[in-house]
Amino acid sequence: MSSADLTKEPIIRVRGLVNRFGAETVHDGLDLDVRRGEVLGIVGGSGSGKSVLLRTVVGLNRPAEGEVEVFGRDVWAMSDPQRRELEKRWGVLFQDGALFSSLTVAQNIEVPIKEHFDLPLSLMDEISAVKVGMVGLPEDAGEKYPAQLSGGMRKRAGLARALALDPEVVFLDEPTAGLDPIAAGAFDELIRDLKTSLGLTVFMVTHDLDSLFAICDRVAVLVDKKVRVGTLEQLLNDNHPWIHSYFHGPRGRAAQHLEAAAGTEQSAPSAAPV
Amino acid sequence: MASVAATLVESEESGSFVLAAAGQWLVTTAAELDRRLRAVHIPRNQQVTLDLAGIERLDTAGAWLLLRTEHELAAQGNVVEFRNLRANLAPIFDQVRAGGMVAPAPHPRPAHHTLTGFLERIGRISVGLIGRVLSLLSFFGVVCIVAGRVFLHPRRLRVTALVAQMEQTGVNAVPIVGLLSFLIGVVLAYQGADQLRRFGAEIYTVNLLGVGILRELGVLMAAIIIAGRSGSAFTAQIGTMRVNEEIDAMRTIGLDPVEVLVIPRLFGLMLTLPLLTLCANLLGILGGALMSWFALGITPPQFTRQLQSALYAWTFWIGLVKAPFFAFIIAQIGCYEGFQVARSAESVGRLTTLSVVEAIFFVIVADAAFSIVFSILKI
Repeated sequence: MSSADLTKEPIIRVRGLVNRFGAETVHDGLDLDVRRGEVLGIVGGSGSGKSVLLRTVVGLNRPAEGEVEVFGRDVWAMSDPQRRELEKRWGVLFQDGALFSSLTVAQNIEVPIKEHFDLPLSLMDEISAVKVGMVGLPEDAGEKYPAQLSGGMRKRAGLARALALDPEVVFLDEPTAGLDPIAAGAFDELIRDLKTSLGLTVFMVTHDLDSLFAICDRVAVLVDKKVRVGTLEQLLNDNHPWIHSYFHGPRGRAAQHLEAAAGTEQSAPSAAPV
Repeated sequence: MASVAATLVESEESGSFVLAAAGQWLVTTAAELDRRLRAVHIPRNQQVTLDLAGIERLDTAGAWLLLRTEHELAAQGNVVEFRNLRANLAPIFDQVRAGGMVAPAPHPRPAHHTLTGFLERIGRISVGLIGRVLSLLSFFGVVCIVAGRVFLHPRRLRVTALVAQMEQTGVNAVPIVGLLSFLIGVVLAYQGADQLRRFGAEIYTVNLLGVGILRELGVLMAAIIIAGRSGSAFTAQIGTMRVNEEIDAMRTIGLDPVEVLVIPRLFGLMLTLPLLTLCANLLGILGGALMSWFALGITPPQFTRQLQSALYAWTFWIGLVKAPFFAFIIAQIGCYEGFQVARSAESVGRLTTLSVVEAIFFVIVADAAFSIVFSILKI
């Protein structure tokens, strides 16, 4: 697995983040760096604030305290033109796809392209068709409305929209939840390919242990209102009780075995066939 | 982003046509590249080489443009070959290729304005309307059956839900119904007085107010406000529950959604709308009385005396007797439209609007029907 470039400065930088909902503190002094070109998995128990963290980084949830910088700029202190520039460079996949219900899938994918670039209509239609194919949707999915799709298909359509501009960073909220294992595997592969060719950085909230082992360079575990970041090997040896039971529970062990088996068969999984 | 430039150079070498692509083949340059690629003319049946050595950055839009060119050239008989693609860009290329040559999805057809299209629309709307009337009728039947069952077994009535509905649709609506009725009374007194003064018959403003408000306006105002306020809420609540699959969950647990959701709303509204009508009547008359006092100098004792002589006992009851029927219409339509919601948030909004329009429509139709019946009965 090609490791992230450690010399470059982080693409996302979170410092001293505090999030509160009423009396409940979700994050308390959380620090996190995401480096360019890495796939960072965010894990944590239910209600530990994984999605809140994602929403805070993309500027949907104003934190009580702390700084959030994306591409070196404070998300909460930027001008509108800067914000637009930023929106061209990221893509967000929400948990249930969050497709615009009044538009077809193809039109959904075209929304960000239309908003930010002036492309001929025919080319836009072609690009959206390419994205539909890339995320593994059937050919006729483009003309359907979100209400006509299954949950897994909506998620893939949402991913296609998040990838519409070939962004530098994608934020994925539980991308493989609700996908069948074949689709989830294809998704992992898609992310890996995009990372190799586009230098894509991925910020991924996930519970899918297979995904974690297959594509994540580093993993951030939300425990005790902070994050513990490390490579999988480091976290496997971490003796925090929650982290230990997460990775060494029956499912964690199964995923590790699977990855180990795949590793022996194919010694360098990320070396792309040319 | 630094230099945003992509180039495309044509040349020929030993019988092969070479297109050298270089620079940034990204979505930012795609419009320009699309134009340039379309402008390149390549003779049929010639060997074509696409030299990709100069490409520094490539995204799916750029890869698509290259693959589309290959596809189109192959279709017209050219042999196409790619060469010198940088190894780190190969996966994106393969991804796009693996996606296949998908035909772009057709855009949804806009409403067509031909004569046949017009006729088709009329046909569809008519057939749809018949279907809706039938299904509304069937819902009416179901509600009646369940209501009958609840009457026979009063213990099945969910008292807590009933009281909660009465509070939401009744008590909480008192301020708005009261205020609007008061204002209608004021307006009616003022306009009536203005016309009747020409005949020196200002005192008959009181008759106009009494009969107009008690027979028609009080109950109609209350019903229309409640249709907008509570009918829409019924549709939105039940519709949201359908989107969340809560209704399906109820069915699997063995709860009857009609009994749990519709009956408390229906009975609650049928009990509260008459009370709201009473409130609308009182405040409407009060508004009229105040206006008569200030604008016409009709003192409150004069007003009450004239009012007593103008009204029969029936006048009051005629207005009030309509209220439960209107309540039934509003609750019935509000709940029915809620159950029609498909599993999308968009349909909640559409059907909520529809439910208000339909409820007001049917309330006014019913009011007209009542007028006819009362005139036949000569009351």
